[in-house]
Amino acid sequence: MAITTVPETPRKPGRPPSPYSARPQRTSLGRKVRDNLTGHAFLIGAVLCFVVFSWYPMVRGIIMSFQRTRRGETTWVGWDNYSRIIADPSFWTAWQNTFYFTVLALALGYVVPFFVAILLNEFRHAKGYLRILVYLPVMLPPASALFLFKFYAYDPSEAGLFNAILKALHLPTSQWMQSPEMTMPAMVLASTWMNMGGAVLIYLASLQNIPGELYEAAELDGAGIWRRIVHVTIPQTRLILALLAMLQIVATMQLFIEPLILANGAGAEDSATSVAYLIYQHGFFQNDLNGAAALGVIMLVVLAGFSAVYVRLTAKQD
Amino acid sequence: MAQDSGTRTLISQSQLSRGRGRVIYWTLLVVVVAGFTLVFLGPLYWMVTGALKSGQEIAQTPPSLFPKDPQPQNYIDAWNNLALAKLLFNTFYYAIGAVLFQLVFDTAAAYSLSKLRPIFGNVILALMLGTLMIPAMVLIVPQYVTVIDLPILHINLLDSPFAIWLPLVANAFNIFLLKRFFDSIPEELMAAALMDGATSLRTLWSIILPLSRPILGVVSIFAVTAVWKDFLWPKLVMPSPETRTVSVGIYAFAGGTPMNVVIAASVIAAIPTVIIFLIFQRNIMSGLTTGSIKG
Repeated sequence: MAITTVPETPRKPGRPPSPYSARPQRTSLGRKVRDNLTGHAFLIGAVLCFVVFSWYPMVRGIIMSFQRTRRGETTWVGWDNYSRIIADPSFWTAWQNTFYFTVLALALGYVVPFFVAILLNEFRHAKGYLRILVYLPVMLPPASALFLFKFYAYDPSEAGLFNAILKALHLPTSQWMQSPEMTMPAMVLASTWMNMGGAVLIYLASLQNIPGELYEAAELDGAGIWRRIVHVTIPQTRLILALLAMLQIVATMQLFIEPLILANGAGAEDSATSVAYLIYQHGFFQNDLNGAAALGVIMLVVLAGFSAVYVRLTAKQD
Repeated sequence: MAQDSGTRTLISQSQLSRGRGRVIYWTLLVVVVAGFTLVFLGPLYWMVTGALKSGQEIAQTPPSLFPKDPQPQNYIDAWNNLALAKLLFNTFYYAIGAVLFQLVFDTAAAYSLSKLRPIFGNVILALMLGTLMIPAMVLIVPQYVTVIDLPILHINLLDSPFAIWLPLVANAFNIFLLKRFFDSIPEELMAAALMDGATSLRTLWSIILPLSRPILGVVSIFAVTAVWKDFLWPKLVMPSPETRTVSVGIYAFAGGTPMNVVIAASVIAAIPTVIIFLIFQRNIMSGLTTGSIKG
């Protein structure tokens, strides 16, 4: 949960645009230059880090995707890396799996937290306790949480936690990560358990900003609980809903550590291979950094497409 | 965070406290409290106690709720065989460094953008915020290539803590969070300091920072947990067994180690972040939601 905000700074109206506004107007040119130098001096550390570790790699990734390095010699190969990557049959499997994960994760990890937040918001008791509980798994190192699922919950024998529960309920047990059909749902379940806390807290905060009069009015008009949710809660939180949908898509498209730990990478019959895992495979096992860079650019383009749709949708609503 | 300020929510308070509403409310509350405890705390209980079970007990059906013959030896084995002391020390060291680097550079940058407002400040801020939309996975390869051969300097940062510290400074979310906080500090305080002849650095140190303690705390906690939770980046840039972080170390050992020992190690790795969370949960929650907009 790194990104929880909208880059939208509400400026106080009438706020002066220049620094030290209360200071006398007779600023000399020299003073201005000096102020600016100090300003930039304070920025330099962070900006350098952005240049070296964010902005430059961004450009470099795109350049690398059109190059090929062999025995220390770098040549320009045009779209070769792209065609090679796309020709790889696991490319399409990986995208299919990743989209499948994203859709399942949206259904579970996006809708469920919203209703959990609505529920928690109604409670007058045990609120703090419930909030701590939901957020607790977010604080576990993902490797720790996933080993827990891998060894205990998804144990395919009847000694596994989930199978023991299913058996006690007289339901058929599952092979979990060893069955290609269950791999994705099992990964989504683990991932949702680990990550839903952040979304719940953000929803809760925005639910608390909904004016009570709106519910009051809806109730007087005879709207039941469900219609109050549809006509008051959802419209009132739509910006947060849209933002979290976007963030959820970006986050789930990067599916990596779940396949790596739960499914030892590709999983049964490649049912766990994700695009991010493929990037990792190409870049760090097959010594094909250029192919991995091309895959990264493709992922960026796909996500940029989603962002464009997001901007469209949210802009229209305003 | 606004806390139960008595404002009405979806269902009116009077409806909840009378007759049928009251019964439903309490039933639902009990069900949810029990359910959530089971769902979110249960697995953790299973983890802590499971690591105390013997290999046979783990494989038995149905699984036992309490370890019959607790084997603390699993935890001791995990500690010794995986060299957890060293791994924990490494992770702790990277986390502290990350806090210091982020506090110094990100605070200075946010201060500059918020109060000094140099020319092109807005462009720089926009470029920084733009990186929020770029997923880490997209940059992983070019970032790695950059780290093994730093441009101009031609230094290899593999196995150097700077490979973890410096990329974390490029954190647009922190800078945005800090800038928003600094924006709320009145301009008049700055002007007064200027009248007294204070330099920009002095103003930052004596006026801005003391007022910003809450947000600095939030940024520090986020920095620690980010380092503790990160996996792929430390796995790539800290390839030697001596420089690994605890998550990567457990993963590297998982193949040839009995699973109760791996789980015991996972429990130990999770303890520091869980403790941090329990101590600072209020700050963490407010930090998570300060940036969120009114819906």
